[in-house]
Amino acid sequence: MIKAILIFNNHGKPRLIRFYQYFAEDMQQQIIRETFHLVSKRDDNVCNFLEGGSLIGGSDYKLIYRHYATLYFVFCVDSSESELGILDLIQVFVETLDKCFENVCELDLIFHMDKVHYILQEVVMGGMVLETNMNEIIAQVEVQNRLEKSEVRPFLSSSKSFPLIYVFGFSQVSAIKYSLSVL
Amino acid sequence: MALKIVKGSIDRMFDKNLQDLVRGIRNHKEDEAKYISTCIDEIKQELKQDNIAVKANAVCKLTYLQMLGYDVSWAAFNIVEVMSSSKFTYKRIGYLAASQCFHESTDVIMLTTNQIRKDLSSPNQYDTGVALTGLSCFVTPDLARDLANDIMTLMSHTKPYIRKKAVLIMYKVFLKYPESLRPAFPRLKEKLEDPDPGVQSAAVNVICELARRNPKNYLSLAPLFFKLMTSSTNNWVLIKIIKLFGALTPLEPRLGKKLIEPLTNLIHSTSAMSLLYECVNTVIAVLISLSSGMPNHSASIQLCVQKLRILIEDSDQNLKYLGLLAMSKILKTHPKSVQSHKDLILQCLDDKDESIRLRALDLLYGMVSKKNLMEIVKKLMLHVDKAEGTTYRDELLTKIIDICSQSNYQYITNFEWYISILVELTRLEGTRHGHLIASQMLDVAIRVKAIRVFAVAQMATLLDNAHMLTGNTQRNGICEVLYAAAWICGEFSEHLENPMETLEAMLRPKVATLPGHIQAVYVQNAAKLFATVLKSQEGNTDSTTAQEASQLMIDRLPLFVQSANLEVQERASCILQLVKYIQKLQQKDVEVSEEVCALFAGELNPVAPKAQKKVPIPDGLDLDAWINEPPSESESEDEQPKAIFSKEEPKHSRPRHTEVDEKELARRREARKQEQANNPFYIKASPSSQKVYQETPGVEHIPVVQIDLSVPLKVPGLPMSDQYVKLEEERRQKERAEKKKKDKKKRKEKRSGRGKKHDSGPESEEDITPAHMVDIVTEEMPENALPSDDDERDPADPHKALDIDLDNLESAGKRPLADSEKLPVRSHRAAEVLKSPAEDEEGENVSSLEPKKKSSKEKREKKKDKDKDRKKSKEEKKKKKHKHEEKEEADLLCGQADEPAFQSEETNEVVTPPTSTSADEAATVAAAEAAPAPGAISVTTPDSEPEEPKDTEMEETKSSKHKKKKQKREKEDKEKKKKKKHHHHHHHHGDKGGEESVQNGTVEEEEPLPPMSNYCLLAENSYIKVAYDIQGNLQDGSQVVVSVIFENKCDSFLKSMEFNVLDSLNSKLQRPEGSGPHDSLTIPFQLPPGVSNEARFVFTVQSIIMPQKLKGTLTFIVKNEESSTHEKLDFKLHFTCTSYLITTPCYSDAFAKLLESGDLKSSSIRLEGVNMPFHHLLARICFHHHFSVVERIDSCASMYSRSIQGHHVCLLVKISSQTVSVDAKCDEPTLLGNVLDEIKQTFSQC
Repeated sequence: MIKAILIFNNHGKPRLIRFYQYFAEDMQQQIIRETFHLVSKRDDNVCNFLEGGSLIGGSDYKLIYRHYATLYFVFCVDSSESELGILDLIQVFVETLDKCFENVCELDLIFHMDKVHYILQEVVMGGMVLETNMNEIIAQVEVQNRLEKSEVRPFLSSSKSFPLIYVFGFSQVSAIKYSLSVL
Repeated sequence: MALKIVKGSIDRMFDKNLQDLVRGIRNHKEDEAKYISTCIDEIKQELKQDNIAVKANAVCKLTYLQMLGYDVSWAAFNIVEVMSSSKFTYKRIGYLAASQCFHESTDVIMLTTNQIRKDLSSPNQYDTGVALTGLSCFVTPDLARDLANDIMTLMSHTKPYIRKKAVLIMYKVFLKYPESLRPAFPRLKEKLEDPDPGVQSAAVNVICELARRNPKNYLSLAPLFFKLMTSSTNNWVLIKIIKLFGALTPLEPRLGKKLIEPLTNLIHSTSAMSLLYECVNTVIAVLISLSSGMPNHSASIQLCVQKLRILIEDSDQNLKYLGLLAMSKILKTHPKSVQSHKDLILQCLDDKDESIRLRALDLLYGMVSKKNLMEIVKKLMLHVDKAEGTTYRDELLTKIIDICSQSNYQYITNFEWYISILVELTRLEGTRHGHLIASQMLDVAIRVKAIRVFAVAQMATLLDNAHMLTGNTQRNGICEVLYAAAWICGEFSEHLENPMETLEAMLRPKVATLPGHIQAVYVQNAAKLFATVLKSQEGNTDSTTAQEASQLMIDRLPLFVQSANLEVQERASCILQLVKYIQKLQQKDVEVSEEVCALFAGELNPVAPKAQKKVPIPDGLDLDAWINEPPSESESEDEQPKAIFSKEEPKHSRPRHTEVDEKELARRREARKQEQANNPFYIKASPSSQKVYQETPGVEHIPVVQIDLSVPLKVPGLPMSDQYVKLEEERRQKERAEKKKKDKKKRKEKRSGRGKKHDSGPESEEDITPAHMVDIVTEEMPENALPSDDDERDPADPHKALDIDLDNLESAGKRPLADSEKLPVRSHRAAEVLKSPAEDEEGENVSSLEPKKKSSKEKREKKKDKDKDRKKSKEEKKKKKHKHEEKEEADLLCGQADEPAFQSEETNEVVTPPTSTSADEAATVAAAEAAPAPGAISVTTPDSEPEEPKDTEMEETKSSKHKKKKQKREKEDKEKKKKKKHHHHHHHHGDKGGEESVQNGTVEEEEPLPPMSNYCLLAENSYIKVAYDIQGNLQDGSQVVVSVIFENKCDSFLKSMEFNVLDSLNSKLQRPEGSGPHDSLTIPFQLPPGVSNEARFVFTVQSIIMPQKLKGTLTFIVKNEESSTHEKLDFKLHFTCTSYLITTPCYSDAFAKLLESGDLKSSSIRLEGVNMPFHHLLARICFHHHFSVVERIDSCASMYSRSIQGHHVCLLVKISSQTVSVDAKCDEPTLLGNVLDEIKQTFSQC
């Protein structure tokens, strides 16, 4: 089971939080801070696993994370998940974001938190992995986007009207390498 | 102008979407909180608008603010509104917000059941998908129960997209509603072979999660999974299955044997590292479960270790980490295979990545041998010096101690070296583990007799240099070692070279800055030292040294007498007086040393750590029972000093006999064991942190090598432990040379003396004889120690409830699904059944005019008659008051006409909505009246079982005001518990022990039942018809949910419906946070012509023993093309006592126990002229009054129900020629009376 998915930037600002177990808001923020504290002091060339923080889970839980340019993607999982599998899943998720947002950057996540959630919902549901096939995920997201466009007047489906500052693409992202064929 | 401003602000509000909010927050970095609070105000405005688009936009923004840490639960109701939008876009926003901020105690979740059900069955698969996704995050036990069946249906949906979501969410449903597991499991199993890989993967996922917690129930699926494993090409599925096998093999070793081959093949063939790694892990699990030593398995182990070595050598840190992790699993059972890769692991100790270093440290534990222990610890000591962060350094410290002390110091050959390592560790600044070092020092000094001389010398040095440890500020933690040092120097002071010096060191004024518990040990051990000094001067004609010692004590102790610490003060003043007396004697030249020494005589014996736990509790002793009344606050616990060893203190004063013969020791041990076994309050002392102790033969047989103490304590330039490494090397060489000369026989002797534990070591190890043996002063265990109990599972673990036997599901005969296990199916309560309430309603209106029969009250009145109480006069007054009623009722009573019947005052009171004060008064009167007199309870109808007489106190408790009911119940419970242990609680319905299935009246097969509905008409006019049903909330004993169906009867549009109820003291409508007690609730939908919809309202009730009516109004706007008018409809909401009952299954044995318990009051009614089959009758009682059938035999049935506040209601229903007699028992007579009335009313309509 995945207990939580946290995305925050290099300064610890949350960009998306998804808890699959109830925590009150202040506790959620505390967990984000603690996780950021643990993850941010690690070099980029060390391993991507961390024995869980004290706030979430306990000994059975692990933090599995990846660092892309300005963002950390952290999954808190228990021992029933394969560590390498989750690393690949993060990669699948990020590559999906990259396809859906066309060269995704932190700003996309900042301004479209809801859309990121909708994409994530097609990957993980209630703490369990729903789909690992990127094409399937993108197909479902696109159908729902079309459905939304057909229903809603333009003022809610915003365009990228803000000044698009290109922070960092996810170009140097490593490939899905542990599980090759599947994910 | 004003209009323009308003319009402008509205426009702005419309415009601010999520992106604008985010941008705004980014532009207000200085005053973010202020900006957000204005945004929240705007959002509140937007939520008040009717436009769903605006609302959805507001909710979307709230979801963002929730991420930033703002509590948005106040908008829960609005979120529900947005969820129920017909547009997918808004629905999705609503569900997302709900999944982010709803949780089990969110009230409005109760209102969502129907909406979610609607969405689940939506023709648009994405509506369904969104609902499933949302539900997966906030499913509650109620939702799980109500929707389990709908979700199960979706598992067979045509679209794989829905199927896979439905399959996944079932896991959440099982967790919240474990009863659903058995009925849903066959279908779940079916999905393992679904043609769609996504669905298949989801099913594997769910079963793996289930099996991980309760593996034994899923063993039967092994063949199916085996097939999947050999056929599937989906690595994700393979990983999950292989992980599952890892959990199953410990339970079934035969499975493991079968697995080895395919897993080995996968290891060789796969290119996916994740799969390879999981295969290796499972092979390891298989090998652990199999008995080791089989030749072909050593090949598998080699393969695993070899593959792991490749992972560890990889430049990818992730693979390195996991490789080490898996290695540590092999280590436990096959340490030799891992030891051959020592080089690699030691190399990892130098890795830059802390996680990897920690993993390598874990492995070191199994790497050490007698040969390399010193070398490895030396390396670790270097790391200790280099380590920057205190966490890693502390980790190193504990690891060093773990490694050295493991298996009873098995690998330590030279204890001087170990003591010096411990002393070196005390130089660590700011460590948290001072007490750990201290306990090691104590343990070694106590248990290794040969080392005491050396240890005492080292400790004396430590004491002398105490300022190094306490020097800069309170270097907390590490000063704990002084505790050990002082104690060792005192206890073994006969080994001190210069006790006078040490005595002086222990009495320095600086000591007063140490923590209290350490000072106490200092003072006590100073006294021991003093005794030693006196003894050493014994016979010496020159008594100056002895007198100097006394003088030193007398000079220094007053400092401690003034200590703020009670223990220090007490000990110091005691000892001070003693020394003063001794000094007087000394001046008279009296020999005192012998008497003083006798104060501290005694031999130490460690007690096994679990000794206390093993003492069986004597019969008849209840350790949980309070001896006195519990104190109001437990302050004392906090005040306890944090002394880690203080429990040992009393031991020091034991009489000491330096040479005690074996017999005497054994005898005393026996006596002590006996005493401890009989003394439940004996507190064990745990002298060491050791976990594993082995019995070894007596101390005397162990050859002890004397050490040369001429070794200087510190060698300049070299850390002293290194000194011992060299010495040890030399010693070993010498020994080897000697050994060659010695004949075999002698060696044999020596080895046998060492005991069994060395046999397991590698052969080369055996050649190294330790310099000292660990003297395992046999740890004391009570005689009749019980075998250690296994760890219990955490009772709070939700998975415990899922430990359900699933095997028998397939083999139909064994244990088919009982009716009670079937998933609740939606019945009769939906909006479609709307037509029937009308008919029902008419009947009810008519019947409500008829006089009611209040049998329970009759009884009570009757009891009062019999009881010659002083209340008699009052009673008569009342009788007169109700005489007219009596007559009416007497006609109706037919079979019971001979009994006097009254409608008591309380009923009158309740029928009209009670007003604030009078209601309270009435309740008091009613309760007083209702109090049954002692000894007179058994007078009921002849059929009912006589009740056991009860003590007066209980009855009196019952007669207090019903306001105090809760309190009262608690008190009763307590009494019951005291009286009988077998008292049955409410839990038995969850009891799976009984094999007999519960028959529910509604599912009988004899004759079809007429359609029934519980919805009754609330109010009606030419525009709208409103029907309602009330249900109790099982989770909350003070809540009921009122479901109201609104049907638009006219051809206009009904909108802006508002629902309001005038609260009574007892019952209140729950309104959203922030609204006043008289505010009305907006109904979250509009009604087009001819349409009906359902809304739910939550009410809190205090007392449930009496029915109640609440007045209320519904206002709405009728809108058609020409005009719109405001309309109002008044209604009376009738809370019957039935509506507080919840259908609860009950097994017949539990039911019988309940009746036997004698805690229930009985009552009965007769129904004449009932003209329907018995099973219809039962079905009606079940359906309308929320009962379940416990047992049915011919024309007799027992039924059970439970109120939301936990009252048991038991019925015995018999039918004979159109006459139905209902004998009933309940722990609350008023409630029972009312329920029976309501039952009677139901049948008077037929």
